[in-house]
Amino acid sequence: MSVIDVTDLRKAYGGRTAVDGVSFSVDEGEIFGILGPNGAGKTTTVECVEGLRVPDAGRVRVAGLDPVADHAEVTRVLGAQLQQSELQPKLTVREALELYASFHPRPADWRPLAERLGLTAKLTTRFAKLSGGQKQRLFIALALIGNPRIVVLDELTTGLDPRARRDTWELIEDVRAGGVTVLLVTHFMEEAQRLCDRIAVIDQGRVAALDTPAGLVRRSAGATVISFTPSAPLDDAHIDALPGLASAARKDGRITLSGTDDTVNAVLTLLARSHVTAHQLRVTDATLDDAFLDLTESPA
Amino acid sequence: MSTGPVNTAVLRTEFRLFRREPAGIFWIMLFPTLLLAVLGSIPSFREADPALGGLRPVDAYVPVTLLLGLIIGGLQGMPPTLTGYRETGILRRMSTTPVRPSALLAAQMTVLGAASLVSALLTLAVGRLAFGVALPRQPLGHLLALLLALAASLALGALLSALSRTAKIATAAGSAALFPAMFTAGVWLPVEAMPELMADIVGWTPFGAAARALDAASAGHWPGAAHLAVTAGWAVLLTAGAVRWFRWE
Repeated sequence: MSVIDVTDLRKAYGGRTAVDGVSFSVDEGEIFGILGPNGAGKTTTVECVEGLRVPDAGRVRVAGLDPVADHAEVTRVLGAQLQQSELQPKLTVREALELYASFHPRPADWRPLAERLGLTAKLTTRFAKLSGGQKQRLFIALALIGNPRIVVLDELTTGLDPRARRDTWELIEDVRAGGVTVLLVTHFMEEAQRLCDRIAVIDQGRVAALDTPAGLVRRSAGATVISFTPSAPLDDAHIDALPGLASAARKDGRITLSGTDDTVNAVLTLLARSHVTAHQLRVTDATLDDAFLDLTESPA
Repeated sequence: MSTGPVNTAVLRTEFRLFRREPAGIFWIMLFPTLLLAVLGSIPSFREADPALGGLRPVDAYVPVTLLLGLIIGGLQGMPPTLTGYRETGILRRMSTTPVRPSALLAAQMTVLGAASLVSALLTLAVGRLAFGVALPRQPLGHLLALLLALAASLALGALLSALSRTAKIATAAGSAALFPAMFTAGVWLPVEAMPELMADIVGWTPFGAAARALDAASAGHWPGAAHLAVTAGWAVLLTAGAVRWFRWE
């Protein structure tokens, strides 16, 4: 059953189109990622879901509610972590947690949440004195404090160190295990790959692809990467003629090719036929990174 | 949980935050009384002046310093805070919760209004105890004039923050409005002592009219309906402007 439905969403600022016909739906209990380059329309899309922006056209439903017309009801089921949204500079962490907990009918206990996010030692620190990562963790806590059914996280782990990032990912997985639906905006491929059940890749205001992380990788032209150092030079013309070849690069005598499984077989045949040995031969799956670049390649 | 315009948790928080602003406390709550104390300690300010209808300058300055506290609260306290709340996305974050961001606006007005009224009480007390200035002889009319002036000041502050894009601009706008407001309230020359034409013109401004109303109430008369109406009219007009132009983000 879907809890977020976005159908043909459009939004322009002045003359510039930010979102140009985006559609997707998020199932209950799913972690759904929105991935895309800067300025692709990711934040505008989720702001329409949060009811912070009024769509020019299209339909948005959150738990069956219209985020603009039924804004008050939507705020009770949806928690949001926003980009570029601060707190009063002299408000302490504890005061912020207590204040935002008081806004909700059935808030979570803020103590374990603060503990989980590593904020316990900072409870009496004022917001202005927190580091970027501490502020970010506090924002995550505020998004979760109302015990929402749906949580929207925009740039979840921006500004966090690798350790805090991993802890936050675990927290989000736990939150989902509790039945919460997560809509995650990110440009960290590792984060999307680790957390998301499905990902919508948004580019220039449109959905360029919507699939599981593995599905997106399989879809990309260079899904398999083969690299080796040949014992003798290979003819460029032979390499360029390989079936399914998506890209080829040479660096310091090492050749890196991406393509399909056919490409890999053809490379092995070529090596055997040319009596060339491949030193340090590696065949790997492309990463989500590669798939992403492939999908969002701008023609310009 | 409350979804009304006034949320007690937000109000408590804004009150707590106000207490952490020593500059705000000084300028709104202490500076006007301090000014009265400095003026009152000048010997000539304690001698009756025929230009003031036989009042001593220190008597005439009590209503002026009362207004000064309200003006500083509205014009210096409100615009940078409120515009800053919008600029840094505090209002925006609040609009994703069941509490409306208008709760912050209401809390700011309540806190600054209360601080301005405490400032007024302090001024009256110091005037009475240190310089023997009589308490307002028409207390109800005095209170009414004071509340209308407070409403006008807060509304002007809200309008300035509505029209300012950044907290920096809001601070500058507040300071720019402060001097004419102080002048019309009679900080440099009490309205009673102004030349007739100037006093008539100043009588059409929100704080000039409020000064005349306070003078009347101090002397024991019910303030003139025209003066109360001018201040009230400004309060309504400025509030309408603030509502019309205020943006939550």
